[in-house]
Amino acid sequence: MKRVAVAMSGGVDSSVAAALLTQQGYSVFGLMLRLWNEPGAETENRCCTPDDMALARRVAAQIGIPFYALDARQLFYDTVVRNLLDGYTQNTTPNPCLVCNRHLRWGFLLQHALSLGAEALATGHYARLQTDENEQVHLLRAVDCRKDQSYVLHLLNQEQLRHTLLPLGEYTKPQVRQIARQMGLPVSERPDSQDLCFLGQSDLHSFLLRHAPTTANPGPILDRRGSCLGEHRGLAFYTIGQRKGLGIAAPQPLYVLAKDPLQNALIVGPQDELGQSELLACQANWISGQPPQAPFRAQVKIRYKASEAWGQVTPEPGGCFRVQFEHALRDITPGQAAVIFDGEACLGGGIISG
Amino acid sequence: MLESDMIYAAQGVWLRFGYNVRMNAPEKIYLDYAATTPVDPRVLQAMLPYFTETFGNPSSVHTFGQQAEAAVEDARQKIAAWLNCQPAEVIFTSCGSESDNLALRGAAFAARQQRGARHILISPVEHHAVSHTAEQLKTLHGFELEYLPVDENGQVHPAALAQRLRPDTAVVSIIYANNEIGTLNPIAELGALCRERGIPFHTDAVQGAAWLPVDVQALQADMLSIGAHKFYGPKGIGALYVRLGTPLVPVQTGGGQESGRRAGTHNVPLIVGMAEAMHLAQTERTQRTAAVLPLRDRLIGQILESIPQVHLTGHPGQRLPNHASFAMRGVDGNALLIALDVAGFACSSGSACKTGSPEPSEVLLATGLPPAWALGSLRLTLGNDSTPQQVEAILAALPEMVQRNRQLKP
Repeated sequence: MKRVAVAMSGGVDSSVAAALLTQQGYSVFGLMLRLWNEPGAETENRCCTPDDMALARRVAAQIGIPFYALDARQLFYDTVVRNLLDGYTQNTTPNPCLVCNRHLRWGFLLQHALSLGAEALATGHYARLQTDENEQVHLLRAVDCRKDQSYVLHLLNQEQLRHTLLPLGEYTKPQVRQIARQMGLPVSERPDSQDLCFLGQSDLHSFLLRHAPTTANPGPILDRRGSCLGEHRGLAFYTIGQRKGLGIAAPQPLYVLAKDPLQNALIVGPQDELGQSELLACQANWISGQPPQAPFRAQVKIRYKASEAWGQVTPEPGGCFRVQFEHALRDITPGQAAVIFDGEACLGGGIISG
Repeated sequence: MLESDMIYAAQGVWLRFGYNVRMNAPEKIYLDYAATTPVDPRVLQAMLPYFTETFGNPSSVHTFGQQAEAAVEDARQKIAAWLNCQPAEVIFTSCGSESDNLALRGAAFAARQQRGARHILISPVEHHAVSHTAEQLKTLHGFELEYLPVDENGQVHPAALAQRLRPDTAVVSIIYANNEIGTLNPIAELGALCRERGIPFHTDAVQGAAWLPVDVQALQADMLSIGAHKFYGPKGIGALYVRLGTPLVPVQTGGGQESGRRAGTHNVPLIVGMAEAMHLAQTERTQRTAAVLPLRDRLIGQILESIPQVHLTGHPGQRLPNHASFAMRGVDGNALLIALDVAGFACSSGSACKTGSPEPSEVLLATGLPPAWALGSLRLTLGNDSTPQQVEAILAALPEMVQRNRQLKP
């Protein structure tokens, strides 16, 4: 019987993933990571409050699998939180889930799972894996296109994918909830988890002020001609394409067009000036393990929740690639990932640097 | 998949789980008898009539109550016989921790009230039931808390106690046999020093009572705590011996049970079970010890030989006969416990924590062990059902598991 570790969070997805694998005859055990939280807010990391752990434990007991917790607080801080703070300090908008997947789930947790005698780590992500006749593993979009999470898995390599199971890829979210209800799992009606689990009751703005106080660095808001329209609170608190919250009275709506770190200026302008049709992404990962040799046309996703846009992908030296979009996109954001799709297949991606 | 198929599949799962309630590993080997023991079938039989037949409240006037009261007093008599004390000196509590709480708080408050004493002396290797109670007496109630030194085996030396005893010492508490490292303390000598000076002396015998004599006259103890589930009795019942004349104020107030020293309706079946379990543990003590001792020594000898950078924690000779405990350099103790359980071995560790936030054990640090060793602790404790085959099975598996654990990147 194949032994599998399931990354459990106390949510409905990972609970159902554990239940389905048990039903399929795997020898399953649950693992949960204890993650970092702000000192004084120990109950607030939404990924792993004591309540979440108690729920995950109840689910494990109900489906009859052992459950264990591992301490990853320091590693979470050193990777996920540090990356977030450094990113905002440098005026990018990082995606902490990517860092967490790379270092925590498919780093620390997978390593522990294998060391504990598991052959694979399973998670409740919505995506599919397919192994071809050459033992190559392909990462495919989930059946439920609204829940598809292949975007946050684009950074996995073949070695990690060979030790990964994604039991929910063939199901829709309503089906998963229905399975949880049918099995009487106590998590069937829990709301979907949000990004930035470690913020607890706090918001990103105040979190940054507490942990990266240099982000509170006010400067001018300029238009493309260099006229000063107002003052911003710190470049970190704005994203490209943002319209609300600029605090400027103008005859037409103004959008954040760019950030100029040299002048510490926020560049704004009307909607028709917004948009960029090219991006450069680095730290590229290719699912196949083989970087492409020639330019090719593909669909590219520039945020987790963005829809795909067609463009020409050109490999660049140094683990980078360039994308020339067929239509300009209004919110290409440095720090987010550009993830490349060929139909159902996620080919890989990289972090947008400009 | 159609919605109706989904429901069908889910019901299939439900049925499967109905049959599959046990954990899915083939055979589990239990090596954690210091955490708890199963109830002895003879103990269970002794308890059963007191759930449904003789169910009365021992405090009631009528015959239902009188029958239950007789059972409680029989149990008290039986336990007093093994403690070598008067039945009136035995107070029933809900567990070993409650006994420790009552001893510390009850004696400290009484000593302050009667003679203005505010000084508390405990060892740094006490169970949290003692140390956290003493810390609370310090932070919330103004007592002065002093820790006795221990040697590298976790033992308190009588000379160290003699130096620190003061006329205003309210209570002294020193553990009989340590739960984490198995070390026995020279309780009789320590107790004698306190008794000479008229200072109440408590010992936590929760681990000790399963394997050692509990004669309070020989041990020179004024107070002694036990909990039934450590010696094949039920969970949820304990007792505190309090020598006649030892000042004690009640902690749990209410009805007049236990001569006003511990309020609350007696848990008759559990009290009966504890008495039976204690009787069996003490009458069979020699045989039980003879059975586990060679297994313990095999565990210790073989682990010290087959695993590099391993250290026996606690005293090499003066330790519980069922207790083998180790510290291993550069090992994640929590991850090792998980790996052992996945492989079918239920063990324990001084730094184990179910919520995944391990801290190095205070007990191990008190013996002078560096944190890099203290985080890699492992406790194997044997019981009446332990077999040589089980011992050989873990000895065969452990070296490779430790090696794999040491390869984990932090």
